[in-house]
Amino acid sequence: MASSYVPVLLLIAFVVANAALIIGLSHLTVRQRPTPEKQTPYESGIPPLGDARERFSVKFYMVAMLFIVFDIETVFMIPWGVGYRQLSCGVPLAGGSCPAGHLVWFGLGEMLVFMAILLAGFVYVWKKGALQWD
Amino acid sequence: MLLPASLPPMLQRIVDPQAPPADVGFFGPIGVPLIYTIVKLLIVFTVYMVGVALLTLAERKISAWIQDRLGPNRVIKGWGQPLADGVKNFMKEETLPDAANKPLFLLAPAMAFIPALTVWAVIPFAAPLPLRWGRMDMVLADLPIGYLYILALASLGVFGVVLAGWASNNKYALLGGLRSSAQMVSYEIAMGMSTVPILLLAGDVSLSTIVRQQEQNGWYVLTLTVACFIFIVSAFAETNRLPFDLPEAESELIAGYHTEYSAMKFSLFFIAEYANMVTASALMATLFFGGWTVPFWHAVNNAPWAWWKTAITLGAFLFKVLFFLFFYMWIRWTLPRFRYDQLMSLGWKILLPLTIGYVVVIAGATLGLDALGVPRTPWHGWPVYSLCLLALNIGLIGLLFVVADRGRLISPASARVRAAELARLRAVRQRSTLAHEATSGAGD
Repeated sequence: MASSYVPVLLLIAFVVANAALIIGLSHLTVRQRPTPEKQTPYESGIPPLGDARERFSVKFYMVAMLFIVFDIETVFMIPWGVGYRQLSCGVPLAGGSCPAGHLVWFGLGEMLVFMAILLAGFVYVWKKGALQWD
Repeated sequence: MLLPASLPPMLQRIVDPQAPPADVGFFGPIGVPLIYTIVKLLIVFTVYMVGVALLTLAERKISAWIQDRLGPNRVIKGWGQPLADGVKNFMKEETLPDAANKPLFLLAPAMAFIPALTVWAVIPFAAPLPLRWGRMDMVLADLPIGYLYILALASLGVFGVVLAGWASNNKYALLGGLRSSAQMVSYEIAMGMSTVPILLLAGDVSLSTIVRQQEQNGWYVLTLTVACFIFIVSAFAETNRLPFDLPEAESELIAGYHTEYSAMKFSLFFIAEYANMVTASALMATLFFGGWTVPFWHAVNNAPWAWWKTAITLGAFLFKVLFFLFFYMWIRWTLPRFRYDQLMSLGWKILLPLTIGYVVVIAGATLGLDALGVPRTPWHGWPVYSLCLLALNIGLIGLLFVVADRGRLISPASARVRAAELARLRAVRQRSTLAHEATSGAGD
């Protein structure tokens, strides 16, 4: 099965080479005539005031942290989703479907517990005002 | 055609066109899989690059059409415009701000370009093509992890944007980069979760299985309508398109994260943006609209394969993708831009709880239908299972738009005014009407 990943590696190598080629070629073909004015950061025509790298709103950090938490929750849900049919069947699946009388609540119950924990965190974050942008 | 096992390797070139090429390893004696891969890679990459160029023209032409003006019509009646733009971008001088972080400034366009042009690898785009050397599957790599690969690479796109914003050392670029990264990560969660119901039904992350399932049991847009809706909304946000184009809101941030970029580096961002649009459209078509399959025409969607079947299914796939690309442009000139706090609250407070609830509903519904003994495969030619899910989805959509909305999102302007304010306005209006009547009456 490992050989099915070779095309992807080839593609990535090809695209990386293309990106390098485009950036490199445009560097070689174009004559640069830098002037001090041209090299200043663009600020709608006035001389730039101070540095751009100042402190920015803490909300962006909040979003980044929440993203990591919830993205990992999503990643956990994907294998559960794929295995859901087997998880809600007491015996091994026969031809992709569960033999009659063997359905179990395990798959759904497990995810409901997981979701309840996730939801508790979500409600806490919401009530704390972390999702409030004003 | 059966072949005796004793044939020398070179003669195995005459193989069954319906079967995949003889498994002699990827770089094996003949290397047919390698040749197939290179052919597909070059063709699709070229199609992407040319398609992106034509898409910029299409965007301007469709914008012009919607706004009742002409659009580009000079360079070969407008058709040469993408070529002219490309040549111009190659000839332009590139500026490099003194204050910028130079290695990162150079790296950022490549970081945006590379993920955008590699995501398509796992999307199947047509029926397999039978050839003399064995079957050519119309997907670059049918990875068993299919959809996970897309999620992983699509989330790399944010690095190019945030690096560009930071490395430019420009206030507009920094704000654009920050906004963009926050927006992309917020909607990525909704996008990832909205596809979990698909995995529940398909039971696999391989995109060819998902397409095959839809061919048998009906498109997922019918059985998972709410998920489709959420996916389309988040895909618009992920690609930074209107109504979610705050990262480059021209009226406030000049050009957002690529303000300091010019010439070919700007082009790389531009190509990446449009390539992301194409990929998102292809994903919508593949995940929810049956991929390359043609509805109600089982003969063309199934073996034995033939070249005309490949041609027809390729046409069907392109039609779906082009429709979604048109949809992108249509939406652009239909909806106004969101405010940033509205954007964030839509992502976190509406779409996220909605998707979580929807996953639970679909998981419960499939378990319930299994418990009732509804067969997953069509029963007497009727896809009963899908019809039950369709009915459920129609109910949910109704619930969503009629009950849960309560005039907040879809409402006349008067509904957004507080009741007391509305009463005051009505009283003022009544008084002025009375006064008007009184004065006009006196004039008679």
